[in-house]
Amino acid sequence: MKLTLDIWRQKSPSDSGGFVRYQVVANEHMSFLEMLDVLNQDLISRDEEPVAFDSDCREGVCGMCGFVINGSPHGPVHGSTVCQLHMRHFKDGDVLLLEPFRARAFPLVKDLVVDRSALDRIIRAGGFISTRTGSAPEANSILVPKPAADRAMEAAACIGCGACVAACPNASASLFTAAKVAHLGLLPQGQPERRERVLTMVEMAAQDRFGHCTLMGECEAVCPAHVPLEVIPRMNGDFLRASLKKRDPSL
Amino acid sequence: MPALEPRLPAGPLEKKWGLRKDHLKLVSPANRRKHTIIVVGTGLAGGAAAASLGELGYSVLSFCFQDSPRRAHSIAAQGGINAAKNYQNDGDSVYRLFYDTIKGGDFRSREANVYRLAEISANIIDQCVAQGVPFGREYGGALANRSFGGAQVSRTFYARGQTGQQLLLGAYQALQRQQAAGQVRTYPRHEMLDLVMIDGRARGIVARSLVEGRIESFLGDAVVLATGGYGNVFYLSTNARGSNCSAIWRAHRRGAFFANPCFTQIHPTCIPRSGDYQSKLTLMSESLRNDGRVWVPKKKGDTRPPNQIPEDERDYYLERIYPSYGNLAPRDISSRQAKYRCDEGLGVGPGGLGVFLDLADAIKRLGRAKIAERYGNLFEMYERITGEDAYQVPMRIYPAVHYTMGGLWVDYDLMSNVPGLFVAGEANFSDHGANRLGASALMQGLADGYFILPLTVGDYLASGGIAQADTSHPAFQDAERETKARLDRLLGGKGRRSADSYWRELGHIMWEECGMTRSRESLTRALVQIPPLREEYWRQVKVPGTGTELNQELEKANRVGDFFELAELICSDALHRDESCGCHFRTEFQTTEGEARRNDSDYAYVAAWAFRGEGEKAELHKEPLAFEHVELATRSYK
Repeated sequence: MKLTLDIWRQKSPSDSGGFVRYQVVANEHMSFLEMLDVLNQDLISRDEEPVAFDSDCREGVCGMCGFVINGSPHGPVHGSTVCQLHMRHFKDGDVLLLEPFRARAFPLVKDLVVDRSALDRIIRAGGFISTRTGSAPEANSILVPKPAADRAMEAAACIGCGACVAACPNASASLFTAAKVAHLGLLPQGQPERRERVLTMVEMAAQDRFGHCTLMGECEAVCPAHVPLEVIPRMNGDFLRASLKKRDPSL
Repeated sequence: MPALEPRLPAGPLEKKWGLRKDHLKLVSPANRRKHTIIVVGTGLAGGAAAASLGELGYSVLSFCFQDSPRRAHSIAAQGGINAAKNYQNDGDSVYRLFYDTIKGGDFRSREANVYRLAEISANIIDQCVAQGVPFGREYGGALANRSFGGAQVSRTFYARGQTGQQLLLGAYQALQRQQAAGQVRTYPRHEMLDLVMIDGRARGIVARSLVEGRIESFLGDAVVLATGGYGNVFYLSTNARGSNCSAIWRAHRRGAFFANPCFTQIHPTCIPRSGDYQSKLTLMSESLRNDGRVWVPKKKGDTRPPNQIPEDERDYYLERIYPSYGNLAPRDISSRQAKYRCDEGLGVGPGGLGVFLDLADAIKRLGRAKIAERYGNLFEMYERITGEDAYQVPMRIYPAVHYTMGGLWVDYDLMSNVPGLFVAGEANFSDHGANRLGASALMQGLADGYFILPLTVGDYLASGGIAQADTSHPAFQDAERETKARLDRLLGGKGRRSADSYWRELGHIMWEECGMTRSRESLTRALVQIPPLREEYWRQVKVPGTGTELNQELEKANRVGDFFELAELICSDALHRDESCGCHFRTEFQTTEGEARRNDSDYAYVAAWAFRGEGEKAELHKEPLAFEHVELATRSYK
């Protein structure tokens, strides 16, 4: 199949970027990134600069890849990263617009590459259980009801790609933050720090200029890891309780 | 050259680690912050080591080439992590896990290391549960287990098909916590390009900041490399695109011995390749062999849809040849049997390079919902890649390069022959011999990172003799200069071929001549083909752009340059080892039934190679392997 790609090219953060049109011949078995590999090989052979894009595992779990295809982060197929998106979902003659994840908290690095270190900072603010190496009790002394373990796993499946932020009209990191809050808050091990955690993580997201959440659900629709939207009201509940408790410990 | 001394503690096997711990030198808490430790790589081994060393109070610098420490390739491990907990009451024990691992490795690993690994395995599960890793559970709330290849007990802990992801996120979160506490400083998008030695000790690294292209020096009192395996030397593998050998290869060039490079594992259950543009191969977890049955049609050229081939016209060859282990035969054996079937013309799918992995019986027995709960994400991934629904038709699988047992040589303390250079996880050679069992890589990475390095690095630091230095030392200046010269050489290539095209060609040679089976002829051919291609590469490779910006082609070209040199060493090692063992299958050395024929009298040793200059033949050092607690036996899974 022959495709026309309008790709955002921007050499550095200080450059003013723009769309550049390319033609590429692909087949239906390729992944989307393999199609871009083919384009880049062609550009190199013509002495042009290849398109910069991030990827690593190419099996949908490392979260390194991600850009926007025709307005949709990770492209048109639900529950897939762009590395797992295969060309059989496109047809001959398609015109595709490729641009980086755009959000105030994700400064552009080059072409389709953005800086998502703000997500690391949210985890750093409290997305962990404080346990020292070597101080853990015997594993089966902590029993976790299977439904709680399953729901925690569902939230923990987040790959940290940032598509939720890119899809959100407010560029909110709520799905990302809430996924970690839910994962740890659903487990008995996560209870001692449950209140402090939600406060510090939400505060860090605000500091890093992610927007507020208005529960539009765009994030859930593009999440390649199927993190459910319900984690957000759960986080909001935790946040409210923790905030009130902080003001009035007798509550 | 320092002698190859594994420094195994004296005493009975089960007491060695305890005795070593009792006598390790300690650094007092107040002095720890004065020591800087460089940790390269943020996978299970590197992430866990950096977090644990930071927790102890050392100043840790943590490097990864990805944009976040959470992306390291450990994240892609699917099936699980072994531990000798015996929660299933099926007769498991530390000794049995030790024995299975030694046997699975075809008697080419160190007894003391493997025993320690089995011993520590239970602590790892405790640690990860405390961190909040959401392992699979029984309805009563206790941890669940599944079975994996090469074992007759059920000792594998899992988090759906994303065990590596969850364990890595546990380590990553611990690392972030230490960064918040000011103990660890992380350097994402930084790639180590050289090791710096002062007075014969590892004292730092030269790294390139990938966004700005700056070449920078970092000083430390010890350097830990946890940079993963080198399977991408084959171009197509289950590794991430960025996985590379450069950190360990640069260290090798600075004097670290490279051990058993030819021990490269081919995993039996991967999605078959589909075309020349392909950038990687995707694994379907071995855990599927718990419930899946592997088969090919009995008749050559049988093109009927698999569902229409009746039972008695199918060859469930693993169950037929290995009745006691069946579909759970170890990886090396399962891979070779798949290759034999395809060589016999019984393969299925395009090009006849595939066999069926069929879960129909399990779906019938347990119901679709149960299977979806166990392997749902794998079925989804299979569907995304192939467009086929594995609930309806059997999966097609074929072996692919997956893991490298070889790596930098280390002693019992995980220190290489270079003082102050520690190597952990897949990057070292230590625990898996000639073949790794499923669910053991995660175990080793975390054992090294959480429980071994935090103690042994301290012992090295407390032993003294580390002089004051700074990055203005000539050794840093020289390394920076050499690094820049190397990158300039790559940027100055005069030809038109890209790094990818050379890499693909190298990978093809390696797969054809040094893949699932090897022979004197094939390896000799490879050693004739590789050097001229390497020379052409350095003259001709086309790298666009400059060195002072984000330049992904330059990053790749640098890594491919190192793959070329490593490829030669792999082939030389494979050629020197006149025996078959584990995944190293030399066609000249096989039993009448086509199984590996070991030669214990001549080759029961670790082959550790010393670098002697570009294009020079590496020098072989041998570490004899003594088996005092297990009997050297022909591995049988029949």
